[in-house]
Amino acid sequence: MRAFAYTRAGDVDEAIAALAASPGGMFLGGGTNLVDLMKLGVASPGLLVDIGRLPLTEVRETPDGGLRIGANVRNSDLAAHPAVRARYPALSQAVLAGASGQIRNTATTGGNLLQRTRCLYFQDVAKPCNKREPGSGCPAREGVHRDLAVLGHSAACVATHPSDMAVALAALDAVVHLRGPGGERTVPLCGFHRLPGDEPHRDTVIERAELVVAVGLPAPPAGRSAYRKARDRASYAFALASVAAALDVREGAVTDVRLAFGGLAHKPWRARVAEEALRGAPATEESFVRAAEAELAAAEPLRDNAFKVSLARNLAVRVLRDLAAPDGGEASAP
Amino acid sequence: MSTPGPVRLEGREKVTGTARYAAEHTPPGTAYAWPVPAAVPRGRVVAIDTGAALAEPGAVAVLTHENAPRLKDTDDATLLVLQNDRVPHRGWYVALAVADTPEAARAMAAAVRVSYAPEEHDVVLAPGHPRLYVPETANAGVPGSRERGDFDGAYASAPVRVDATYTTRALHNHPMEPHATTARWEDGRLVAYDSCQGANAVQETLAGLFGMDKERITVVAEHVGGGFGCKGTPRPQVVLAAMAARHTGRPVRLVLPRAQLAAVVGHRAPLVQRLRLGAGEDGVISALAHEVTTHTSTVREFVEQAAVPSRAMYVSPNSRTTHRVVALDVPSPSWMRAPGEAPGMYALECAMDELACASGVDPVELRVRNDTAAEPDSGKPYSSRHLVECLREGARRFGWDARDPRPRSRAEGPLLVGTGVASSYYPVYLMPSSAEAHVTETGRYRVRINATDIGTGARTVLAQVAADALGVALDRIAVEIGSTALPAAPLAGGSAGTGSWGWAVHKACRALNGMVDARGGTVPPGGLTAGADTAGDVPSDPPDAKAAFGAQFAEVTVDRDTGEVRVRRLLGVFAAGRILSARTARSQLIGGMTMGVGMALLEGSTMDPRFGDFAERDLASYHVPTHADVRGVEAHWIDETDLLLNPMGSKGIGEIGIVGTAAAVANAVHHATGVRVRDLPILPEKVLG
Amino acid sequence: MEPQTSSAVTLSVNGVRHRLRDLDHRTTVLDALREHLGLTGAKKGCDHAQCGACTVLVDGRRANSCLLLAVAYDGAEVTTVEGLADGDALHPLQEAFLVRDGFQCGYCTPGQLCSAVGMIAEAGEGAPSVVTPVAGAASPGAPVPLSPDEIRERMSGNLCRCGAYGNIVAAIEDVTR
Repeated sequence: MRAFAYTRAGDVDEAIAALAASPGGMFLGGGTNLVDLMKLGVASPGLLVDIGRLPLTEVRETPDGGLRIGANVRNSDLAAHPAVRARYPALSQAVLAGASGQIRNTATTGGNLLQRTRCLYFQDVAKPCNKREPGSGCPAREGVHRDLAVLGHSAACVATHPSDMAVALAALDAVVHLRGPGGERTVPLCGFHRLPGDEPHRDTVIERAELVVAVGLPAPPAGRSAYRKARDRASYAFALASVAAALDVREGAVTDVRLAFGGLAHKPWRARVAEEALRGAPATEESFVRAAEAELAAAEPLRDNAFKVSLARNLAVRVLRDLAAPDGGEASAP
Repeated sequence: MSTPGPVRLEGREKVTGTARYAAEHTPPGTAYAWPVPAAVPRGRVVAIDTGAALAEPGAVAVLTHENAPRLKDTDDATLLVLQNDRVPHRGWYVALAVADTPEAARAMAAAVRVSYAPEEHDVVLAPGHPRLYVPETANAGVPGSRERGDFDGAYASAPVRVDATYTTRALHNHPMEPHATTARWEDGRLVAYDSCQGANAVQETLAGLFGMDKERITVVAEHVGGGFGCKGTPRPQVVLAAMAARHTGRPVRLVLPRAQLAAVVGHRAPLVQRLRLGAGEDGVISALAHEVTTHTSTVREFVEQAAVPSRAMYVSPNSRTTHRVVALDVPSPSWMRAPGEAPGMYALECAMDELACASGVDPVELRVRNDTAAEPDSGKPYSSRHLVECLREGARRFGWDARDPRPRSRAEGPLLVGTGVASSYYPVYLMPSSAEAHVTETGRYRVRINATDIGTGARTVLAQVAADALGVALDRIAVEIGSTALPAAPLAGGSAGTGSWGWAVHKACRALNGMVDARGGTVPPGGLTAGADTAGDVPSDPPDAKAAFGAQFAEVTVDRDTGEVRVRRLLGVFAAGRILSARTARSQLIGGMTMGVGMALLEGSTMDPRFGDFAERDLASYHVPTHADVRGVEAHWIDETDLLLNPMGSKGIGEIGIVGTAAAVANAVHHATGVRVRDLPILPEKVLG
Repeated sequence: MEPQTSSAVTLSVNGVRHRLRDLDHRTTVLDALREHLGLTGAKKGCDHAQCGACTVLVDGRRANSCLLLAVAYDGAEVTTVEGLADGDALHPLQEAFLVRDGFQCGYCTPGQLCSAVGMIAEAGEGAPSVVTPVAGAASPGAPVPLSPDEIRERMSGNLCRCGAYGNIVAAIEDVTR
């Protein structure tokens, strides 16, 4: 880790100005990913602008019946927030399915969105990686890639986004509120993270010196929502695949559905093809299977991760079936 | 039921954070070191540019093969670090940065620029590898190959046959405390606080490497944060720290970064094991072949003796047990908890389950039918063997008799449920040791011995052995361990610590009592001291075979949608001689079984064919079990009296817990799903179908 | 002018205020404790928040001190394993770990203990875990009963390679029951 300067911002504008003036600088939030990457040599900022004490810590009701979540709301506080638990259970469950109690106490909402891939080549500075060092190559495609992408990857990069929280946010039509030197803007969560294409070093659409200040949630979708994650280890492990879903069923037919996959792509994967196939369809196992398969038809698995496709299909069907069940199955909501 | 025994003697220090480990001794002026691993899989170092590193604020020195102190030869070439330009495998250390602070040392290491002349590398273990050979001996000195009777003929004519190949990936010990040393030189004397399983071996090795009298070296290992074999012999950190301390003239602290361990401290080698069992309709084995293929490094030959259990477990009049190994450009394998037995019994005990299915004999009953009173390979009678009792008692406690043997016969919602059984086995090793017992005029006792407590409870059990031998209460005894300033003792390894150390402690205490008795029961001012050495007592070629046995029963759930396998219950019953300390013994047995759960379901690293390193090197990618993975683990034992072992009647218990677990779990997965997974770990994709 | 890469940092550790006059910005809370304050109770097992051995309480909440830059925690109140006991009287969890043999090598133990203290408080405040029934949201803020499954899930950020998990859970149950 190279030596760096440090400044603690007094307010949001000061933070943005400090970073805009320092080309080698980075924002420091909870630091659970950034400090890790600095130790690995993957990130080498010359200046850290500490935003950890900015008062972006509120979860606020919005007039449209949604929530505005400050970027510095800790993961554990977000998951435990009464409004989140009651109205967006998929989000609470997703946050709680990630990392450990200790990490969730430190990690922030904004930082969670901006965490970087856990691809083993990305984390090893002695090896090529297009995300870390554009143009150096992607050894994962032919190398160790069991945990990596099956959807939306490119010749340049097969990394996955590791967040659980972001998958639920994608399904819940969240938006990301950004503030930068040029003012504020709002980006839909589903458009916030990018597919790698030939610029895999860009994880998101965020611009230099732009700061995530909040995440906005619209009013909760009708029906119930849930998150389910499959992983090798029973806890404290990244997803092999995960599903966030919200489902509303009236008289046996799907009236509304939101579905997103995690662990499959460079971004949380909003399953719009599946949603389209389900809307108006009977809320049956057959419909769920057909919809999931329609979405996953686009999958291009690598040598060692084809199992993720059937795993994701099974998970989606499972979560939807549980949500459709009169008793809510295992993924019950209030 | 035995009483639980005393609380660990050093327990209070451990729960209050005052127990000091190797990296927690900080002599004034201590400098910090950080190693630089080779970034090519094989080749030569052609240049090292240390300019940028030495320009870092706080830089003290960079050691490379060009300026590091010269080492004398040793029989362990993995310790000959920074002696020449060769890179035998990726991750081999090519430089060591030393700085005033840990932050500066890390930054320096990142700034060292190494140029290499890479060479073609060969890192992939393949069963048909042209350079495979049969070693004369495998680990523990066992013969590389053994033939008894006519395997081919007996197998060909057997009515029931099983032919199955089991594969396992590289496994890593990953004790919670990474390898660490704090070293300082003073007036030509070396003091090293080292995280190791045996300080005498470290002292002797350092004496050889630095060409000095071992009396001038003190190695301290007062508290050690786990080892499981990978601290069994000296590892590079102690050599590097001593070199750096000599080079810089300052005390030096070196803690190996977690992600570098896989390359430099040893691993359990990947294995391909072919098992062939020929049996009668009754399941009794007539022919057994266990053929092991594995890798070693080009630095040092280490052959995991995985075929060994098949020489010991069951009736097998016609037997072939062989090891073949190839030296690849990979990190050097070494000991990991129950080397040989753990992976060998995984294969053998899965094959036994396959034989049970093929013959229609219940798996517990099958093992009972193949029990033997003598070790098949040596013909020596077992001094004690209660495998059948363990199987029966385990079956009773587990509720085995209610089991429907048909695969996929139990489901709970989305979960398939299955149960499986496997035997456990670990040989009894004993090593000579010395010890000293002292009594004061006021009747306080002090036992001194360079035993090492890597978490086994050595202090506590040795105090109990002493109390027993002396016939006094435990609270009158103090135990000093963990330093070469104490009477020499063997390492904590081979499940031999308690037996070997305890024998010497027992002998010293009895001698001390004799001295007191000879004085009519009085102790003079200044007290009395008795020393003991068991070098003449421990038989080198005993007439009987000695081993501990056990049986493990697992209940697993398999999620049919996700393929996630979880262990719901794991029950072991062991026959391991006299259990000296119930509290710590149970912990060790459960601990071994827990590591076995990791072996079955989670652990394994991939040799990256392009880069030549293990891909999963940190604790995020190499999954060891968490709290949530470990439910319902129980260990029980059968009291066994075996006076042929040692004066305490004990067998080792540090390793047998991990032996058989993976097979019990794999067999339960087969029972739950009908899928026979012959490749560990049992990851979701292997049962998803 | 060279940018400043060190600063004065104040940490209150176990109730004692420590001023570190010129601390390298790279120094973590863990290294500040271990290398500057002589408090080696918190352990460095992985240095990347993958094992939990470094767990301490920061302003009352458990955290992996290996990923906290000390400069960012200037003024924080830190409790380490050395601060759990009340003089000679051990914390009930420390006693329970001894009785239940909730450790072997002892290296993960300080982290397990601090984590358990923080975890019990979290559950007491009603914080859910991923195994908490969603129906519990009906009474937000109500303490979550610590079943063995709850304890296991909530403690999963603390690895123990010796495999003392069952005994640790039993020790925590002794204190929470």
